[in-house]
Formats: sequence, structure tokens, C-alpha cells
Amino acid sequence: MKSPLGTGAAAYRAVAPAADRGSGIAFDGVSVAYGGVTVLEALTLTVNPGEIVALIGPSGSGKTTALRAVAGFVQPATGRIRIGTRDVTDVPPHDRNIGMVVQNYALFPHMRVDENVAFGLRARKAASALVAARVPEALAMVGMAAYARRFPRELSGGQQQRVAIARALAIKPQVLLLDEPLSALDAQIRRSMLDELARLHRELPDLTVLYVTHDQIEALTLADRIGIMRDGKLVAFGPAQALYRHPPNRFAAEFLGRANLLPVTGLEPAADGMARVRFGDVALTARNHHALPAGDECLLCVRPHDVHVEPHADTDNTLVAVVRSIQWQGDTQSVELALGEHVLRLACPPRLTLPGIGDPLPLHFRGTQATLVPVGAALG
Amino acid sequence: MRSGSAGAWVLPPLLLLALLFFYPLLLIVREALGGDGQVPGLAHFGEVLGSRMFRSALWNTMVIAALSTVGCLVLGFVLSVLLAFTPFPGSRMVARLIDTFIALPTFLVALAFTFIYGSAGMINETFVHVLGVARPPVDFLYSQWGVILSEITVYTPFVMRPLLATFSQLDPAQIEVASSLGARALTIVRRIIFPAALPALIAGGSLCLLLTVNEFGIVLFIGAKDVITLPLLVYDLAIQQFDYASACIIAVVNIVLSLGLYTVYRFVLARYGRRRAGLV
Repeated sequence: MKSPLGTGAAAYRAVAPAADRGSGIAFDGVSVAYGGVTVLEALTLTVNPGEIVALIGPSGSGKTTALRAVAGFVQPATGRIRIGTRDVTDVPPHDRNIGMVVQNYALFPHMRVDENVAFGLRARKAASALVAARVPEALAMVGMAAYARRFPRELSGGQQQRVAIARALAIKPQVLLLDEPLSALDAQIRRSMLDELARLHRELPDLTVLYVTHDQIEALTLADRIGIMRDGKLVAFGPAQALYRHPPNRFAAEFLGRANLLPVTGLEPAADGMARVRFGDVALTARNHHALPAGDECLLCVRPHDVHVEPHADTDNTLVAVVRSIQWQGDTQSVELALGEHVLRLACPPRLTLPGIGDPLPLHFRGTQATLVPVGAALG
Repeated sequence: MRSGSAGAWVLPPLLLLALLFFYPLLLIVREALGGDGQVPGLAHFGEVLGSRMFRSALWNTMVIAALSTVGCLVLGFVLSVLLAFTPFPGSRMVARLIDTFIALPTFLVALAFTFIYGSAGMINETFVHVLGVARPPVDFLYSQWGVILSEITVYTPFVMRPLLATFSQLDPAQIEVASSLGARALTIVRRIIFPAALPALIAGGSLCLLLTVNEFGIVLFIGAKDVITLPLLVYDLAIQQFDYASACIIAVVNIVLSLGLYTVYRFVLARYGRRRAGLV
């Protein structure tokens, strides 16, 4: 299938002024309070030029507040925000040179698609010739060139969101802020839009993106680095894969993907960054990525798809659990097991024959695919 | 069977309506066309409608209604934008307070204005006694401008009500996104808020026009010598000169004018829908 990101992206890059390329975002101890209640607490985080950073977390975790602080819609009580080298903390929103896309698109209903896309350029008093050139480019970039004369009400949700992205990109923003941009779309269109966004960033590698979502799949698919927020604080931040494989704390392990977390004791550091621990009477090995000291109590984290029913040649950990439930989910079977008072989940192939409910089932996982997580919260 | 019983339900209110509303109107039209014992005709119609007195009253009515409506639209729009988009502590209470003006008798404002702007009102008294000015300097109340100011004060809430309802439905994200795209406050008002408000402005404006064309209490209370409007002319001819035939002819014109404006108002509601016009 032909990518909707056609010649528009190339043209966009070709005319992008050098000063507009590759501006990062820096939060320096930013706190925001509403009516005496702190909703964002001393956030320090840097989004490098050309990078996609996703902020994820449950409702009320402060992720949207952080994005709105960059946009200028909330004023930090303390701390500074920089876009590129410019301190924008006290700069009004209309002067920050940002592109913003929100969950419900916020297209202007009385304007046609091309007028929506031209809005930012006209607001900045761009020359007519520039508007006439830039609008088709931006629409081509998101595959909406054929819909230029439609009204937003004549478009589907996915098409409206593409127009909203084109509108944000048309002004050549220094940074693009995406606030739950796919949340209002149904699952199938969301997947397709996710591919589109990934492709868009490949086409525009200089574009810096701050992406706020509560959806871990969106974050893992798009982001170079992920920040996990909870109760107004950044509780984990790092490259997406590293954060997934070696979560720095329990919340990060549970929020970013599903995780089995077993309390283990008697940590003994071993060679090659590994460690030996005990789960009750059972000896287990796992990666000691966070270099936890000997004797420490910690959590052993192993992802459901890394737990196997059949032992492999290099499997070094085995536990026996009791099957509690089996859910067939099409391309996978989700099995819930009881391990004493703890619950374990495993994801196994759909055709695998499993024992019945209440039967014991030996489980195997490699030590290299398990990681030790400190009990106390820590920033990754 | 069902249509028969439905008809039985409809009949009593229709009869009541005819007795209380349509029959008096019919009497006015009959009186306008010649009255009891006379052959109905249009001769007197032409005489009254061609008179200088009628043309002057019609002109005054239209000018006052048009200027008052424009004033209500401008003031109503500005106040609504401020209340809806720059909320300050107590802004909701201020909006409700303005809303209560709808419940007050219209002539009360005219009465209140005589205490403020009248020749012996607060402002003139201050100028005369405190500043030693010889004659009261504020002298507009007993003119068409006094009527217009009073009508703007009374009828602005009729514009604000649908506007505030419309603004409460406007997605704040549209304004934020517009701002992020580089639009300043005035551009946002002009290009985002005003187009969204247009149906409510047209609906509120046509309602204002309808009400100001028929305004009687304020004009009577202000009592400006040269400001005779159609309703005041009807009152003058019928009550003070006992010329019921002429009064009824002018009343018929007033009814036609009102029904015409009401048709425009209904058309606006049908065109934009009650929701976009801020009426639901």
C-alpha cells in the first residue's frame, strides 16, 4: 500500500529553515499547582532534538499538565522550561512556535480543511504565496490532499486527526506536542494512525515530539524514550526498551507492559551482571541491572511472554504453579496461575495444550530474561 | 378513534386561545378597516399611513430598535466573551445577576436612569453643586439616546443568554490550539469565537429587534418630547385622542412588523438549530 506520506514530507524538509530544525525541550525543576494542590512536582527532563519522548501514566499523574506547561497554558509555580536555547517559561503560547494536536482534534468547524491548515500561517501573517505552497504540502504529508475543500464534519475521526496533524506541522513548529492524539479513535484506526505517526517521524527526523498518552503500546511503538509519571512525579525515565526490560521500580514494571513480580530475598551478585536470589526455598537467577547490593530484598520481574511451559536448553529457573484460569485471546492464550499467595501470568501460543484448572504446571524462564527490581521507588 | 380523541383534547385550548388572543386581534383589524356599522375599506388606512405623524413614528421606531439592537449585540458580545473566556472570581455570579434583568419590568431601568442621568440626577447634581457648573451638563436622557441607552441596558441580557450558552459548548481546546498556532486574543475572537457565536448573535439580535420595536414602557417613562414610536402613537391616539380607528390601523402595522420580525427569528432558529443558536 502506498504511504500517504508522499512528496509532502520531502518538500517540508527541503523548505524548513535551519533555525526551526532540531530544537529540544528542557524541563528544569518544573512544578505546577492548582489552588494549592501540586499536580506536577519538580519535573526535570530533557527531550533531545529530533527525539520522541512519551509521557505515560494514569489519570491525574501530571503528564498532560507537563505538556500544557510547554504549550504555555499553565504557568509553573517554580522551575524553567526551555525550547531549544530559549527560555519560554514566561512567553505567551502564541509566541512559542509549537505545534499541538489534541485528543478531540479541535478542528475549527466553520473552516474547510485547507483553511484549518492555513490558520496558523495566516495568524502569523505569512505571505499568501507561502500559505498557498505550505498548505498542500502539509496536507500531502498526511495523505489528505484530496480533502482540502471538505468541512471537518464531512471527515471521519482518523481523517480529522490527520488534518489536525497537518495543521500543527504547517507552521513548521520547533516542537510538536501530542496530547493523547489517538484516544478518540477506535482500535483499528488507532493502529493505522500509529503506523502513520511512526512513518511521519521517519520522514521528519528533525522534529522533536512530546507525546502524552495513557496507552503503553503507543508509547512503546513511537517513543525513543519514555517517562512514567505518577501523582505528579516522574517515577521512571529512559529509553523505551531499557525501561521495559529493566524497570527501575515496581510501578514502572507494572505500568509499562504486564509484569510478574515475585518478592525475592538473599541476593548474591554473580558474574556478568547476574545475581542469585531465593523465592521461598527455590533458588533463581536474574539480571542485576540496577546493581543491587548483596542480601537485598527485591522483586524479580519476568514478563508473561518470557515464561514458558516447555523447558529450553538454557532455562535455568523453574517454578511450579497451579492453573487458575485460561483465556483464549486469538493469537495467544493468557494463563493465570497461583504460586502460593502470589499470582503469575503467562502468555503462550494459542495451540499449546494446557492442563485443566487446578492442575499444577511447571514454569520455566531464563535468568537473562528476568530482572531484579528494587522495592523502593527510584528514577531510571 | 385516536384522532377523534386527540381533536377533543386540542379543541378547548384552541377555543381559549381564540377567545383570549385572536378575537381581540380581530377586533383591532375590524376597527382598522372601518369599525362597527361602517363598510370596511382601506381609504382611512391610506390616510393614516401617509400622514407625517405615522411616518415619523415608524422612522423613530425603526431607528431606536436598530440602534438598540446593535448596542445590545456589541455590549452583549463583549460582556459574554469576557465572562466566558476570561473568568474571574465571581464571574458566574455576575452572569446570573445580568440574567436577572430579564425578570425586571423594563420601565424600572428608565426610572433608575432618571436618578442617575436626569436633570436633577446624581451626575448633574454633582456637576452643579460640587463643581459649580451653571447648567446640568448631562442632557441626553430625555431624547432618543436616553431611550436607546435604557433599551440596551434592558435587552442586552437577551443577547447574552444564548451567547453564554453557545460559549459553554465551545471546545476550549479550539482556542488553545489556535493560540499555539500563533493567534493572539483578537484573532481568536475574530476567527474562532465570533463565527461560533454568529447563530446566537442572529437569534438574540432578532429577538432584541422584536422586543425593541414593541417597547412601550421605556419610551413612555423617558417621556422625550420628540420621541414618538408606533406603540406610543397607538397609546396617544386611542387613550388621549379617542381616535380608535387610527390607533387600530397603526396597531395593525405594528402587528405586521412584529410578525415579520418573529418570522425572521423563527427562520434563524430553523436555519441554525436551537442548539447552535444557544437556546437549548
